[in-house]
Amino acid sequence: MDKITTIVSKEWAEVFKNKLVLFSVLFLPIILAIIPLGMLIAFDRIEGFETEMNDPDMMRLVGQMCVGLSPTDCTLVYTLNLFVLMFMILPVAIPVTIAAYSIVGEKTTRSLEPLLATPITTVELLVAKIIAAVVPAIIATWLAFGIFLAGAWLLAPPAVFAVFFDALWLLAILVVAPLLTVLATCVAVIVSSRVSDPRVAEQLSAVVILPLILLIVGQSVGLVLIDRQLMIVLGLIVLVLDIILVYLAIRLFQRETILTRWK
Amino acid sequence: MIHTENLTKSFGDQVAVDRLNLDIAEGEVFGFLGPNGAGKTTTIRMLTCLIAPTSGRARVLNYEVGRDDEQIRRNVGILTETPGMYDRLSAYRNLSIFARLYEVEQVDYQVEKYLKLLGLWERRDDAVGEFSKGMRQKLAIGRALLHEPQVLFLDEPTAALDPEASRLVHDFVAELKGRGRTIFLCTHNLDEADRLCDRVAVFKTHLRVLDTPGRLRQQVYGRQVAFHLGGPAELFLSQVKSLPFVDQAEAKDAKLIVTLDDPESRNPDIVRALVGAGADIQFVGELRYSLEDVYLQLMKEDAPAAG
Repeated sequence: MDKITTIVSKEWAEVFKNKLVLFSVLFLPIILAIIPLGMLIAFDRIEGFETEMNDPDMMRLVGQMCVGLSPTDCTLVYTLNLFVLMFMILPVAIPVTIAAYSIVGEKTTRSLEPLLATPITTVELLVAKIIAAVVPAIIATWLAFGIFLAGAWLLAPPAVFAVFFDALWLLAILVVAPLLTVLATCVAVIVSSRVSDPRVAEQLSAVVILPLILLIVGQSVGLVLIDRQLMIVLGLIVLVLDIILVYLAIRLFQRETILTRWK
Repeated sequence: MIHTENLTKSFGDQVAVDRLNLDIAEGEVFGFLGPNGAGKTTTIRMLTCLIAPTSGRARVLNYEVGRDDEQIRRNVGILTETPGMYDRLSAYRNLSIFARLYEVEQVDYQVEKYLKLLGLWERRDDAVGEFSKGMRQKLAIGRALLHEPQVLFLDEPTAALDPEASRLVHDFVAELKGRGRTIFLCTHNLDEADRLCDRVAVFKTHLRVLDTPGRLRQQVYGRQVAFHLGGPAELFLSQVKSLPFVDQAEAKDAKLIVTLDDPESRNPDIVRALVGAGADIQFVGELRYSLEDVYLQLMKEDAPAAG
């Protein structure tokens, strides 16, 4: 355990001294926390914001969500829900950046060989790398969501907040988001151990975001409505994928191959 | 301390190390010489359990490579070909990370000890990225020693260092030798090997020769004595060649070079013979070939086979 904490603290000390990584980790959560609050403030002043809800197809889809709400309030709930979905991008985007720089960084500085020459096991090393990427991403997601939630509570009408603040989103942010973080980190670890440029690793690993983007687009155009049941199914799928990917990351991280192929 | 039996490593069809047999004793400084791509780093990587042998056996500190890898890693130190430090972190942080990974009990004490020993204590809080090559190399040596390993593997410890930094590293290795550490030194620097090593092996995929630097010279060149004469040496060549104990002799301007098994007892006989033949002897001295000469000669002999 001591070796894992040593590597984790080393990773944080090193990675967060990289301005690019620090910017990536801080920028997105700040933007995602600020934009929805700005929209809430500006909501009353924007004309035609609720017209989308007059679309019969949309009303059918969100009907359950808006029982007892005016079209305007329903639009607000719908918009807030969309933003929460945006928060699901954070646990994927942040660890990909950290993991890519953490593993490819070892390649570029040639520091992996002395590290592997110590009595650390592959499992300890990878667990440490995964924790180092997962924990900041979860903290950043939870903090940004907390700010967003506090702002929504302050700025949105109480009826809107009562409908919006659903166990679904707590499930999403507290359970599914960490699972997504592990998934993205494992993909980044696997990709990073096979490429030699952190940006390439980051871009390839970022493919994990695509299903989430499709989900957001699907909800915004009325094709799908994310409810509690869908979120539970999503969480279970991600959990299974996490188990498979952690196993694969450890299996595919071959000390010898990495040492002899990394030039 | 280090024992290998037919140790072999192949990467696909390419044989990097071919049936290597070594026996390195406790406290010995062993030089492992060879050209680029000879398989020296691959050998070190096998002995430090970073890569697995394809066949053969190796034991380090009585631990079996492939079976007791964790114990071997715990008890050996390695200076890799490139220092591979964490550039954004301080020298102190770099060493303390490795001290913890090597399960050193008194981390701060050991880190301070080696930073002071290597003359880096004043720069302990500076990011390693700001260090010169020599300082980074010294720090990497300190990292390899933090856990007081009994066996130390040094892969090109003075590569790309200036003479002053190289001297510091040499002095440090000599000091470690004095403290009884077993050192496996991979180097291109033949003068370094000559000065520091008890025995050297010349290696190019397979072991070419293995002996003390002195005996290697003798094996390749024999013992040669130069007699500097007052005139052309050619005039006395046949006289010297006729002596029964002379293996070989050649004349080079005013110099007569004689190959002998036992110069200490035969030199007076040759001097007498030359003086008797009317030669003016200015001075006599044993020719001393550098290890570099020996190495290049061996590589030259190896070239046709390789080609």
